[in-house]
Amino acid sequence: MTRFRRDYGHEILVALAILVLLVAVGAYAPRFVSSRNLAAIFSGNAYVAVAAIGMSMVIILREIDLSIGAMIGVLATLSGSIAVSGAPVWMAWAAPVLGGVVISAVNGALVAYARIPSIVVTLGMMAILQGGLISVTGGGWISDLPEGYRIAQMTVAGVPMPLVWAVVLTLLAGWWMKNTAFGRSIYLIGGNPLAARAVGLPVKSRIVAVFALHGAFAGLATLLFATQLQVIQSTTPPNLELIVITAAVIGGVSIMGGAGTVYGASLAAVLFAAMGSALIFVNVSAYWLRALIGVLILLTVMADMARRKRQMRQEAQ
Amino acid sequence: MMRRHEWILLGLIVLAFAGLGMMSDRFLTLDNLLNQARLMAEVAIVAVAMTLVILTGGIDLSVGATLGLCAVVLGALWQGAGLPLPLAMGLTLALSGLCGLVNGLLILRFGMPPLIATLGTLALYRGLAEGIAQARSVRGYPEWFSTLGQGSFAGLPVQVWVMLAVALVALVVVERMRAGRLLRAVGHNETAARFSGLPVQGAKLAVYGISGLSAGIAALIFVSRVGTTRSDMGTGLELDAITAVVLGGTSIFGGKGSVIGTLLALILIQALKSGLLMAGIKGDGTVVLIGLVLILTLLAGAVGDRRA
Repeated sequence: MTRFRRDYGHEILVALAILVLLVAVGAYAPRFVSSRNLAAIFSGNAYVAVAAIGMSMVIILREIDLSIGAMIGVLATLSGSIAVSGAPVWMAWAAPVLGGVVISAVNGALVAYARIPSIVVTLGMMAILQGGLISVTGGGWISDLPEGYRIAQMTVAGVPMPLVWAVVLTLLAGWWMKNTAFGRSIYLIGGNPLAARAVGLPVKSRIVAVFALHGAFAGLATLLFATQLQVIQSTTPPNLELIVITAAVIGGVSIMGGAGTVYGASLAAVLFAAMGSALIFVNVSAYWLRALIGVLILLTVMADMARRKRQMRQEAQ
Repeated sequence: MMRRHEWILLGLIVLAFAGLGMMSDRFLTLDNLLNQARLMAEVAIVAVAMTLVILTGGIDLSVGATLGLCAVVLGALWQGAGLPLPLAMGLTLALSGLCGLVNGLLILRFGMPPLIATLGTLALYRGLAEGIAQARSVRGYPEWFSTLGQGSFAGLPVQVWVMLAVALVALVVVERMRAGRLLRAVGHNETAARFSGLPVQGAKLAVYGISGLSAGIAALIFVSRVGTTRSDMGTGLELDAITAVVLGGTSIFGGKGSVIGTLLALILIQALKSGLLMAGIKGDGTVVLIGLVLILTLLAGAVGDRRA
């Protein structure tokens, strides 16, 4: 038990924060914990959790991806366009996942082989995708989505599909990162790239592979995001990159690389969603949500830096 | 005093101007050139300050959000709190400097990487702007206020004078004074700079303060130019500024670079933007171009480095 607490201390903290929020706001406004609102919180934001899984891997690798929001916007439009074109539904589902892998692998290759910092590469990619999407589509809506396309509306034994995806993908990715050689190598490369190279890990191709995997998660997140509503808007969801990165960071993924789990990131995505919903129930304007998120990011990173300093001092003794 | 990279940029500018002049006889008119200069002033002021930040090996992603917050606060102080506009402007500038100093303190005091610290304050500042504005805009600024963004002085748009003043000060400080060498030393090897007894912390705090202040100045010009304040003002400004700095030859890792390069890159980008506009490609197309130019420049730089 103590070992569990040591390994997953941060994740437990985030889970407790969700619980406290649900109880406190629920006591104030019972409708907040009604099954309808809870379903909206959990399944309406499951796509953030799925995207945060891939983002966590990228950040644990000591890289970052600012283009995720624009990427999801482009992939949603791609998927929707295929869906209404009359092509088989499986193609509309497969396309965003493949597209995500390709776009993200390009990012990864520029980072690994051209040695351009990922922040700059993905900033540029964000501009290209965002500007390109609006230039091509004019920001219109895709409507009349065919029957059987909208995954986010389906249920498995009564449980909303987005929730099933988020839980299953989080558990799978978490297990994979802890129990396979490839998964563990992500921590080593991010925590100590020199040591990773010294033990013979193919660091460059791993960077591309992790970015590609992150792109696949972005594609899966896109499917949940795009099929939520009756229509798909061909623009970039605003600030989605910030929300996904923040979920990873608040979930305990260290921005200095090498530490953190996807469990924490997924939980943090739920925490955010609950926070956004809670603001409305306690009659605070939703326009303050972003400021709140900013404060949360800074506090979490401060705590992370302080923890690192303490660790270094302990190791020095 | 110009390096190879800057000569290349100058050559590209000449090419772009010649090409655009042939494409349209309206491009090389004084009116159009002055108008282009007016349009680039806000980004230029921020990009010059960003050059100093990146020279020290840092980055400031919060400048666009700082601009938005300053614009909203200016409107709130003037119309909401009823302060005289000059006082509101002064307080807004003070706030912008403070925003920058907060970035600096987060980076120095808490040891946060600049990227994450300013990503956090990006959310915070933009969030404060949204929270204060509550999706309302402030209009109806007095006549005299609009001269800053719409008027002219001695034949040049007023904000172009501001831009030239900022550029000149930065040029003198970075290229001709000890402070410039200090910034490069910090960016090149921070540990060595610290062991040499250089005021590393002071230098870093100063560049983030200046960066915030530049966003405040740009905010005043922006509000004056468009005559209204909204909380989404300055969205993406950080991308424009960073692109200009990097295209201008300043290393994203710090230590190497120049203000001249940034200025030349700004002119080139503005020429390309107006060229695309004349060719009938809308604003979103130019965002694609900026992204492409940014990545290709770095790619070329990376290939060049390997050869060297």
